[in-house]
Amino acid sequence: MKKLLKNDGFQSLLASLICILLGLLIGYIVLLFINPAGAWEAITTVIKNFLTYNRKDSQLKYLGNTLVKTAPLLMCSLSILFSYKVGLFNIGAAGQYCIGIACSLYCALALKLPWWVCALAAMAGGAVAGSISGLLKSYCNVNEVISGIMLNWIILYLTNMLLNGVKESASPYTKEVAGTSAASVLPTLGLGKLLSDNKYVGLSIPLAILLAVAIWIILEKTKFGYELRATGGNKNAAKYAGMAEKRNIIVTLAISGALAGLGAAMLYLTSYEQWNCSSSSVPGMGFNGIAAAFLGGLNPIGAILSSFFIQHITAGGAYVDKKLYCAQISDLISSFIIYLCGFVFFMKLMMNKRLAKREEAAARKALAEKESKGGEVK
Amino acid sequence: MDTPYIIEMLHITKRFPGIIANDDVTLQLKRGEIHALLGENGAGKSTLMSVLFGLYQAEEGEIHMNGKKVEINDPNDANALGIGMVHQHFKLVECFSVLDNIILGVESTKGGFLQKDEARKKVMALSEKYGLHVDPDAKIEDITVGMQQRTEILKMLYRENDILIFDEPTAVLTPQEIKELMQIMKNLAAEGKSILFISHKLAEIMEVADRCSVLRKGKYIGTVETKNTTMEELSAMMVGRNVNFHVDKKPSEPGKPVLEVKNMTVASKVHKNNAVKNVSLTVRAGEIVCLAGIDGNGQTEFVYGLTGLEPLVSGTITLCGEDITKAKIRERSLKGMSHIPEDRHKHGLVLDYSLEDNLVLQRYFEPEFTNKAGFLRRDNIRSYADRLIEEYDIRSGQGPITKARAMSGGNQQKAIIAREIDKKPELLVAVQPTRGLDVGAIEGVHKSLIEQRDAGKAVLLVSLELDEVMDVPDRILVMYEGEIVGELDPKATTQEELGLYMAGAKRDEVKA
Repeated sequence: MKKLLKNDGFQSLLASLICILLGLLIGYIVLLFINPAGAWEAITTVIKNFLTYNRKDSQLKYLGNTLVKTAPLLMCSLSILFSYKVGLFNIGAAGQYCIGIACSLYCALALKLPWWVCALAAMAGGAVAGSISGLLKSYCNVNEVISGIMLNWIILYLTNMLLNGVKESASPYTKEVAGTSAASVLPTLGLGKLLSDNKYVGLSIPLAILLAVAIWIILEKTKFGYELRATGGNKNAAKYAGMAEKRNIIVTLAISGALAGLGAAMLYLTSYEQWNCSSSSVPGMGFNGIAAAFLGGLNPIGAILSSFFIQHITAGGAYVDKKLYCAQISDLISSFIIYLCGFVFFMKLMMNKRLAKREEAAARKALAEKESKGGEVK
Repeated sequence: MDTPYIIEMLHITKRFPGIIANDDVTLQLKRGEIHALLGENGAGKSTLMSVLFGLYQAEEGEIHMNGKKVEINDPNDANALGIGMVHQHFKLVECFSVLDNIILGVESTKGGFLQKDEARKKVMALSEKYGLHVDPDAKIEDITVGMQQRTEILKMLYRENDILIFDEPTAVLTPQEIKELMQIMKNLAAEGKSILFISHKLAEIMEVADRCSVLRKGKYIGTVETKNTTMEELSAMMVGRNVNFHVDKKPSEPGKPVLEVKNMTVASKVHKNNAVKNVSLTVRAGEIVCLAGIDGNGQTEFVYGLTGLEPLVSGTITLCGEDITKAKIRERSLKGMSHIPEDRHKHGLVLDYSLEDNLVLQRYFEPEFTNKAGFLRRDNIRSYADRLIEEYDIRSGQGPITKARAMSGGNQQKAIIAREIDKKPELLVAVQPTRGLDVGAIEGVHKSLIEQRDAGKAVLLVSLELDEVMDVPDRILVMYEGEIVGELDPKATTQEELGLYMAGAKRDEVKA
């Protein structure tokens, strides 16, 4: 048991679970304040998500919808954690995701290119956005958080401008990809059939999981990952050891950007969502990626689970009874939980402190016993 | 007031996760005495003083003042009780004047405006009384380390502190400045101030202190009157065994030049002048050359320029006959330069990496450790690490997978030395390789350096420790304000002469 408690992976898992429970608890308390009558039902609805449906096929279908949005979230969280390992906080993931939307939808709707070209364009767009932050960081010492936030706004309005040409005439939303350019829709690989013919389910889910594993391998097993983590751990030491730390920063942010951009393509090329050309903020997906990355203990494999969980409760929030609570309540509850998810490392620190204290007390006790037994005092 | 003790720290125990920094330590300071606190690095001296100054709270034990129990929860409490401290790293605002630094936090104001005239008078009076010469209007960044230290002392006196703590005050001073400080401390004690003086330098303790308390590995060993003891006895108390102060070595047999630096100039990061000015030097195979000097005279920048961490303004560097002035850090390393960095935490290690990953930090890209597809060859890394750990006696909790952060400073240093020596360099640049190590570990490091020399390698040692400068190298070059001001033969010179060069009081025209 003691050994298990000291295991790093187990600690991360435990800390994540504690954070989730705390988040749910606070969410529940807030619901109690607003309207005590429906609080319990509301919080269970959030946790149940697609399980609120009684029929098996409905359940499967809505599980499918949650999965469709899990894929882009996972990509954003991979984008965040990949830079984080290199000591960079890629808050620009939100903008990189947004430029991914712009590139993929423009290629699909205006140029009617095949899906894989659209996806590559999204990756390229994200990579360019990421490398701008990287270049500024490396050569002008501009903090990547500042440049990332600025770029988020620039990209948002560029996206609105670019996609204005491919929107429906009667609404601010872009045309549906499926109806405009069938070749641009992500292949479903027949996966939708497993989930009550959910037409949005497809390539994105296995691809995102595959990429998570690939990121893990790159970071942990390769020379490239060794260099990147060394740069993140101590960039002075990386420089001292002759690593090209400036190049590594740019490459890292470019890869992060490509991941976030691809995440956008994974969602928008399924036609599940359309872009609102009068949006006044970047999609929250990139920011939720931060929570997913931390909740997953900054481990790509952990990110698969945490992304699913966060998407699960976000979707679950939509089922809360709107007669008892206002429409924003679903977002509020999930934000509480997501907010608490950021505390995983704080939890881990607290656990380690407790362990160290306990061990010390035990050691002292053992020593005292030894001395009282009449053993020689050294 | 029936006790002769102004401060008593009784049975203090302070723990940090995994370590007991102070274990039932008792320290009694008499009124008007200079009391030295002696111990190796990591013995718990600084922790004990931090407890007294309110930076840490002890888990067990009491602090008494004039026989009455007091609670010190933060430095403000300590200040209120008249306890002042000069930290090892000064706590001064660089861009403020001396006067502003002294009154900082206790400024007298009238209607929201500073009233500096009165403060100036008081500071000047204090400065006169104790012989603490400062220029009240000079900015901290422009004055010498010695004057900065006097500013710190005046800060304590201005607050009318009676108990003064000096945390290793001589580490940054020249021998002459040290003498001056000793005199100041004696003056202060004569005026009734009580002084706690943390040091691991025996000669200073013998000269200035009345009594000396010794800590070893967090435990209280004893208190002795300095007039009744010897340096040998103190050092045996400090390390728990008799120490060989002398470094044994054969005469050197210098061969052909390995490193030739010509007219190197390096810009400074902190001020507009160049930190290294037109420095030329040569290091031959089979000799140890020491670059000596007081901290901050350009040695750090010289090493940065030499190893490629900072660009040169001008000059050339030749390694084994090859011009490496423009070479990248990696190229210099591959061409036979090894670098034991000054700050092992800043440059030497990735603290969150395991020991084995740190041991291959300079070689991970070689085919032995990375295959053609770019994957690390973990098995080879492990066996390589196992060999170095065995050969260089690097001790750690879990062997090769121990996180570097969890290792002791001495073993971290051993790991760096193993890594740098094992790549078989032609030139070993060792910057303060014994900083923060205990006496036993220092012996080991010196032995490794001399082994390298005897194996026909060139060694450039940069050191601030006078004993090391005198004992280890075959030649000494003294650096002062970015220039080499003297070349000395360690066998023919004295610490006093060396001190004069280090302080800039004496200089020769040196041809490298």
